[in-house]
Amino acid sequence: MGNLEATRPFPDSEEMEISFGPQHPATHGVLRVMVRVDGEKIVDAKPIIGYLHRGTEKIFERETYNGTIPHTDRMDYTAAATNNQALVGAVERMMGVTVPPRAAYIRMILAELQRIASHTIWLGTHALDIGAQTPFFYTFQERETILDLYEEYCGARLTLNCMRVGGQPFDLPEGWTGRCGAFVDQLPARIAEWERLLTNNRIWKLRTIGVGVISAANAIEWGLTGPPLRGSGVKWDIRKVFPYDRYDEVDFEIPIGANGDTYDRYLVRMEEMRQSVRIIKQCLAKLPDGPVMAKVPKVIKPPKGEFYFSVEGPKGELGFYAVSDGTTNPYRLHVRPACFINLQALPELVRGHLIADMVAVIGTLDIVLGEIDR
Amino acid sequence: MNEQQNVPPQPPEAPKPPWEEKPVPPEPRDAREHEQVREIAAIVPDAVLEAVEFAGQVTVTVARERILDVCRACKEKLEYKFLVDLTAVDWLERPEGRFDVVYWLHRFSDSRRLRLKVRVADGVEVPSVTGVWKVANWMEREAFDMFGIYFADHPNLERILTWEGFSGHPLRKDFPIEGIDTGAAIYPDVYPPGGGPVAGGEGE
Repeated sequence: MGNLEATRPFPDSEEMEISFGPQHPATHGVLRVMVRVDGEKIVDAKPIIGYLHRGTEKIFERETYNGTIPHTDRMDYTAAATNNQALVGAVERMMGVTVPPRAAYIRMILAELQRIASHTIWLGTHALDIGAQTPFFYTFQERETILDLYEEYCGARLTLNCMRVGGQPFDLPEGWTGRCGAFVDQLPARIAEWERLLTNNRIWKLRTIGVGVISAANAIEWGLTGPPLRGSGVKWDIRKVFPYDRYDEVDFEIPIGANGDTYDRYLVRMEEMRQSVRIIKQCLAKLPDGPVMAKVPKVIKPPKGEFYFSVEGPKGELGFYAVSDGTTNPYRLHVRPACFINLQALPELVRGHLIADMVAVIGTLDIVLGEIDR
Repeated sequence: MNEQQNVPPQPPEAPKPPWEEKPVPPEPRDAREHEQVREIAAIVPDAVLEAVEFAGQVTVTVARERILDVCRACKEKLEYKFLVDLTAVDWLERPEGRFDVVYWLHRFSDSRRLRLKVRVADGVEVPSVTGVWKVANWMEREAFDMFGIYFADHPNLERILTWEGFSGHPLRKDFPIEGIDTGAAIYPDVYPPGGGPVAGGEGE
């Protein structure tokens, strides 16, 4: 940004405060940002959240452990499978349960499909916000197939409730692996198609390169996780650092960016989808036989203690901090929401940019207000 | 000939895979001698009140007055550069302080995590760690909003998930799960105190 002072048409004009949202299509939900602007330049921004607060953590306390799973679906509603995975993982480790290998592999397939589904929503809406309307139709077509696969597995498309403490509630239906395999086989060609629309698109590049830059050190200081952290060049992924399920048995790379701008985060997510395809293919090939549910007691009752468990969600590190008092209900179940923490860095990313860039930055952080407000 | 001698020798029973055994829950252990705890004790002496290890995770309870020193030492000398999570737990009846404020730190060099914990009584201030990790800002606001824990020297300690006019702190154990009278708080002129619409009430 150059020195606007010199070119100001009205030198005596004042800074203005405008309210961006909460009912604005580009805020991806009910996010309100109070923006102080000088002309078109953003001086400061202050996100105001809480419009979707449903007291999920309070509700957890009156549910049994398995009863909390449907509530986690409604946090990040674009990624229900990874939410389930984080919750059941925390409870299983507190109880010392080992999940049967077949269940672990099914979980990984569901979670990676979910990552692709979440990234397709992100790509479609992010591009739509910036002004490229076409990718939206392409990406939602592929997402539909993923939702069909989910529907066939557990009956739900969005709020899946597809995992239980100790394993999986159902085995895979007849022919499911074949249909899933066919889908992931054709997906790389679709991803290449989306990339052809955007990666070398001049408008896309102008709108994203150099917008919302954050350095690696600053990203860690602001607690960013997931693609926003990796876009800044930090090679960090919970699946590699603390492997859960059977992620240590599959082969995949962690894509990282270099400049920490919106364009790099875009490239990171596109590559992540390809890596997810790679993981799913390996899982389908290796899928072992056997039970899908471990021998867990009928009544889930973790011992007294506290445990934090996190998974690499599509948006970043999603963690559950469970405190048990030895009864059937969690004494406290706290969520470490990736979007909530990532959104906090928004003022840092938009300061000095134009108002139109705010839309790009909100899109690149890939926030879901259901998880932020809980 | 004895009939039993004809029975072929039985192979020793194969051990069952862990998912078919009854799960064995982890036990809490004293962790004063744990490497991560000794590191802290060496840098900030007398700060560690208690140290427990449960399921491989170390929890260190620290005196409230020392938490800022410990956090700063953890970040600057022990390389815990990343504050992953900060939250609170309400132990309503506990005599030595009602709330636990819980910090969950990560270190990149050897991928280890550490939990710090402070016990505070209701209405007592905890030093804010926003000066140590910037990310603590919204986390502390959330703990304030949900539990009513005050963080001293926080730059902007406001409610974050509930609205400005809200009274009470929802995640306290004595906050009713069916909700409170919210109408009186927003429209004091229209509804007398206690006379507004009740969240979660039966309605008309």
